[in-house]
Amino acid sequence: MSLTLHIAVQHEDFDPAVEAARLTDGRPGVGALVQFTGFCRDEGGRLSALELEHYPGMAEAELQRIAEDAVGRFLLIGLSVIHRYGKIMPGERIVLVSATSSHRQAAFDGANYVMDFLKTAAPFWKKEHNADGSHGAWVAAKDEDDSARDKWGKE
Amino acid sequence: MMVKIVYFAWVREKIGKGEEELDLPAEVTTVADLLTYLKTLGEEYDEALKFPEAVRVALNQEHAHHSEKIAGVREIGIFPPMTGG
Repeated sequence: MSLTLHIAVQHEDFDPAVEAARLTDGRPGVGALVQFTGFCRDEGGRLSALELEHYPGMAEAELQRIAEDAVGRFLLIGLSVIHRYGKIMPGERIVLVSATSSHRQAAFDGANYVMDFLKTAAPFWKKEHNADGSHGAWVAAKDEDDSARDKWGKE
Repeated sequence: MMVKIVYFAWVREKIGKGEEELDLPAEVTTVADLLTYLKTLGEEYDEALKFPEAVRVALNQEHAHHSEKIAGVREIGIFPPMTGG
């Protein structure tokens, strides 16, 4: 069965149902689909938006590298990674990872792996827009994201 | 050596530009050398790269360690740790 690999970096919103169909329609070998959707939070009303900056070209290339690693490591049947950039409001989707495999564990692990590496290696940066109009800060990288990545061990 | 340097997020804001072409002196051979050299170009560079170990660097759009050589590289990206997802 041929592999379905889809990578997109875009401003527009995406539809998880469309990605589910992309990975499952006409694929009777698929036994499991896991989707992770990341949203923009308002942090208890403090934020009015997030501004997502990315490195054009490298963002796509890095997602492709991470996706290929995940496919090889977990023997996925299909993998779709979509990440948005630009101004995103609370409640809007930012990122979607969809992974298919024969059995559930590989799909869960594959989606989890992609998110852990995406957070620490894909060139995207978030800047906060404050609801009170004050100057927003760049979001700082978290040590816990590095720990989450490191649990997968060295390649 | 002529090279295109691209900056992102707070590195871009502090330096005040998104990209530039620079003719690097011959003694700048590694990523670490480049960061040290850039700090001499002005107060805004010195401020942005005050803690060079805090910034990440990509050579031709691939992550690179600060010890890596930059010979022959066409594009160098300099940016903070990533916060996507």
